[in-house]
Amino acid sequence: MSKPIEHDYIGLSEQQLPSMEKSSDKKDGLHLKDTELRLGLPGSESPEREDHDQNVLSLKSFVSGAKRGFSDALDGGGNWVFSGGSGGGTEGLFSPRRGGKNNGGKDLSGSDSGSVLKDGAAQKPSVVQEKKPQVAATSSHGNGNIAPASKAQVVGWPPIRSFRKNTLAAHPPKNDDGDGNAEAKLGSGCLYVKVSMDGAPYLRKVDLKIYGSYKDLSSALEKMFSCFTIGQCGSHGVSSGDGLTESRLIDLLHGSEYVLTYEDKDGDWMLVGDVPWEMFTDWCKRLRIMKSTEAIGLAPRAMEKCKNRT
Amino acid sequence: MHKKMAFSFPDEVLEHVFSFIQSDKDRNAVSMVCKSWYEIERWCRRKVFVGNCYAVSPRMVIRRFPEFRSIELKGKPHFADFNLVPDGWGGYVFPWIAEMAGAYPWLEEIRLKRMVVTDESLELIAKSFKNFKVLVLSSCEGFSTDGLAAIAASCKNLKELDLRDCEVDDLSAHWLSHFPETYTSLVSLNISCLGSDEASFSALERLVHRCTNLKTLRLNRAVPLDKIANILRHAPQLVEFGTGTYTADVRPDVYSDLAGVLSSCKELKSLSGFWDVIPDYLPAIYPVCSKLTSLNLSYATIQSPDLIKLVSHCPNLQRLLVLDYIEDSGLEVLASSCKDLQELRVFPSDPFGAEPNVSLTEQGLVAVSLGCPKLQSVLYFCRRMSNEALVTIARSRPNFTRFRLCIIEPKTADYLTLEPLDVGFGAIVQYCKDLRRLSLSGLLTDRVFEYIGTYAKKLEMLSVAFAGDSDLGLHHVLSGCESLRKLEIRDCPFGDKALLANAAKLETMRSLWMSSCAVSFAACKLLGQKMPRLNVEVIDERGPPDSRPENCPVDKLYIYRSIAGPRFDMPPFVWTMDEDSGLRLS
Repeated sequence: MSKPIEHDYIGLSEQQLPSMEKSSDKKDGLHLKDTELRLGLPGSESPEREDHDQNVLSLKSFVSGAKRGFSDALDGGGNWVFSGGSGGGTEGLFSPRRGGKNNGGKDLSGSDSGSVLKDGAAQKPSVVQEKKPQVAATSSHGNGNIAPASKAQVVGWPPIRSFRKNTLAAHPPKNDDGDGNAEAKLGSGCLYVKVSMDGAPYLRKVDLKIYGSYKDLSSALEKMFSCFTIGQCGSHGVSSGDGLTESRLIDLLHGSEYVLTYEDKDGDWMLVGDVPWEMFTDWCKRLRIMKSTEAIGLAPRAMEKCKNRT
Repeated sequence: MHKKMAFSFPDEVLEHVFSFIQSDKDRNAVSMVCKSWYEIERWCRRKVFVGNCYAVSPRMVIRRFPEFRSIELKGKPHFADFNLVPDGWGGYVFPWIAEMAGAYPWLEEIRLKRMVVTDESLELIAKSFKNFKVLVLSSCEGFSTDGLAAIAASCKNLKELDLRDCEVDDLSAHWLSHFPETYTSLVSLNISCLGSDEASFSALERLVHRCTNLKTLRLNRAVPLDKIANILRHAPQLVEFGTGTYTADVRPDVYSDLAGVLSSCKELKSLSGFWDVIPDYLPAIYPVCSKLTSLNLSYATIQSPDLIKLVSHCPNLQRLLVLDYIEDSGLEVLASSCKDLQELRVFPSDPFGAEPNVSLTEQGLVAVSLGCPKLQSVLYFCRRMSNEALVTIARSRPNFTRFRLCIIEPKTADYLTLEPLDVGFGAIVQYCKDLRRLSLSGLLTDRVFEYIGTYAKKLEMLSVAFAGDSDLGLHHVLSGCESLRKLEIRDCPFGDKALLANAAKLETMRSLWMSSCAVSFAACKLLGQKMPRLNVEVIDERGPPDSRPENCPVDKLYIYRSIAGPRFDMPPFVWTMDEDSGLRLS
């Protein structure tokens, strides 16, 4: 069994493989552009990763090599790649790991944890413990009105089912101090609501807590549902009254014939945008992108309700 | 001579022998002995299990097993539970129901997990299977109470309706009244996932009253505490009971009613529910505690002292689900009171808070591991861990079969030494030789994967997040874990090399999930091209992967073995890599 040198596992080695590149049968060479591995949430910036270029380079050069080796193995009947069960066949593939690799590796994965920990955090473990007070200061602890946008949440982490999260969020842990407001935000780390769009084949779910404003929500929804936009109506839909155009998110989907509505806790359907954002996230049970022809008459009630509530 | 002896058994005898073989693995083994055993076995297989609904087509299943009565199907990958799989990915059950409706009018049981079930599917089930008995929907979505009404109205022989952790569109609570007055065969009803809206209490009460064989009843949050007594009064034979909301104004009459009715339930072994618990009503369940083997308090937001009191009344407890309000002190009491404990799950009460809100640390888990000799399954959320604790746990509890640890902050190091937790998890896999399922967390390097690859020979499912340094980590797992069936990875620096080098391994597994890793589109295409029996799905909501450079990492990758070929029900953000060009749009 041959041990081709291009299969040096240490991808960070500087050996370029020009012959591999030329003979690569995959399109016109692989590009060395900045890759965009986005780990943040829709609408958030993902931190730049300085290390990535270097790793991309090595990955690319190895991929060429791997490809050829792969096809060699399959065509030539060599067995090095199909030794899934026994570790022996692939031992030659992977040189012993260098001791210094640890830090490099950590940096690679460390920079994407910027979306979890504070941006620019150093990757020393000791900092992990110290960081928490920092985050706490900007979190909603004791200050219920600030949306926890500063502590960027990672999607799906910690791994808790939505049912459990929503249950805890809707009815936060009781306490005896009687002041529900500040404590109410504890445990309410996210709130998933369903978003349906007239004509779309399936629903989506969004976590309202990760958006700070109507604008954020609207652009995220736009991205999510853009694949469903059948056609864009030139008109701005039916206007149901003056002085309310500002409150309608007609800009959603490029001013097409859709408007964004939501079902509130009373089960009524309202236009999105009429009430302050924080109030909206509390009241909103689900969202619906509906044709504006169906949305006539929704707006007035929203204003009334708002007045009744406050 | 030996051959002749084997064939001298008539088919009926063999069939009878095979009827004692229930497990799928054994049945599969039996079917591989010889052609005649394959034939006999396939005609008498009554229960079919399909671990991945896209691994095989309904028609293939029906063709091979012409007479099954029960089917279990699983759809979405496990990480869908945590919203990592975008909605619309797939997992639709309708095609299966449609095929079976034609072929199997006598189908009795359908069990689904993580599938999209529409009202249309439920209506088709109700219409097509006259002897339908069991419907278990676990973590499913896509249906409403209208679909449930159809089931209630038509399935005269329904015994079990279990909707665990489902997302149901709660249109009307009156679906329950669709069970005809003549209907009495219900044995198990779990509606705990239904919404918090008004429930139809009288219909529920009447249903419970006339179904005298009811053994399991799990109510939803909407059922208030003072209604429970009325419901339970009619069902003293209950073995498993889930309350609704467990809060009410404290009234002595409500309390004594409840306590009285509970104490007359002599068969009660399992309790759950307990939303919004107020401690004053807890003692009502003390009379039944001594017989309890399973207790789910994972929605009970009560503090440690009340939890401790409760738990110390339950010496026969085998399974406990609880919030971290129990704290280390509570777990220590658990360790000394509940020597039969087999499974423990501790959930975080405030997972997104920056500071710990309770005193629950690794000590609690150590205490339980030391004190409970039968403990084999653990799911534990905490905020700190040490290698020392993990080694102690591993040494004292080598009988772990499922060990899932979630340290809430990603990449948290050993709090004592500030080192990675490689050694700790290494001890777990080294000492727990029967470990079948493992979830990792905390600061971990490639070393932990080396341990796993070396020792975890019986490991079937591994979940990894924010761990490892390089492809070597992934390579250790893929090349070393002989029994690996499911591997799910997120946010790890694993790329093309290990994946391509271990491509053959992927055909021996059910599935591999990798999201936010470093696998390039080029590698995905290559894998799809070279491995025709794998479906390589690239899931990317940023747009078509070929609109970016080939070496660009894909957002999410789901690879599973399949004899059904690529599927055709994909949404616009999923691409299957296959033999042609490597790009197929839905």
